[in-house]
Amino acid sequence: MSKLGIVMVSHVPELVYGISRLLNEVAKDVSITIAGGTDDNEIGTSFAKIEEAFEKNEGEKLLAFYDLGSAKMNLEMAMEMTDKEVVLYDTAFVESAYTAAALVQAGAAFDMIDAQLQPLKVK
Amino acid sequence: MNVEQTTKWLALFAAKINDNKQYLSDLDSAIGDGDHGMNMARGTTEMQKALEEKQPDTLMDIFKLAGMQLVSKVGGASGPLYGSAFLGMAKAAKDSDDLATILEAGLEGIQKRGKAVAGEKTMIDTWVPVIAAVKANELTKEVVEQAAQSTIDMQATKGRASYLGERSIGHLDPGSVSSQYLFETMIEAGVINE
Repeated sequence: MSKLGIVMVSHVPELVYGISRLLNEVAKDVSITIAGGTDDNEIGTSFAKIEEAFEKNEGEKLLAFYDLGSAKMNLEMAMEMTDKEVVLYDTAFVESAYTAAALVQAGAAFDMIDAQLQPLKVK
Repeated sequence: MNVEQTTKWLALFAAKINDNKQYLSDLDSAIGDGDHGMNMARGTTEMQKALEEKQPDTLMDIFKLAGMQLVSKVGGASGPLYGSAFLGMAKAAKDSDDLATILEAGLEGIQKRGKAVAGEKTMIDTWVPVIAAVKANELTKEVVEQAAQSTIDMQATKGRASYLGERSIGHLDPGSVSSQYLFETMIEAGVINE
């Protein structure tokens, strides 16, 4: 079973940092990496930050969550260029990242986590 | 199309985006997040800087460098969209210097990234009629402007404006206007003759 990690991407650095704090409460052993804002920490998303979040994550298989549309486009570009396996979720950002983090911490298998996330699809 | 025309084209495009960045952001404020002009200007300025520094000498290398700069510097949705367009054009330019073929590859890049089709009030609504006109040898600035203007009556179903639903009708789509600039400067650079 490949080790799972979580990546979160948002337009605002504080947003994704705040959610990572929330996740760390239930998932202190899970590798969670974040990419918030542009290279200058303005509002937007950064392809380079997402690549870095993929690279720094200790997981072999990554579950990726994002806030709004253009974060998804940059995520997809980075997914095409990384060697890691990344699964992208069009799910409610906070709820699904929290669900995934809690389940990874509990040692749940990917298929079970994936099934739990499906009802949270909102976009 | 050749290297000289294309180099001139992208320089004119970067200048036009810079001259109109406030207008593009104003358009975006009405139905989006108000950053389209500033984001595009940041990206095209870096793009132009890189093109001048490295002076790529094939169509493929020009488009590739332009695409990578836009992907990494723009910051908003237009980064991956314009970036994918130029990267698609770079791939096509490897085997072809035909304008229609190259632009079609650019459109495919946009559609692959943004998953939009014509009529959803996006930049694609400028690209589709322009490519048709290039193929028919009928491209003029009027065609380009009309294509962008056609987005006014559309309801956005993709992109940030889609959150506004019917409220998006009656506004010009900012991405279709930045694409208008792309094709107007293409004509000005002589990449195609009026």
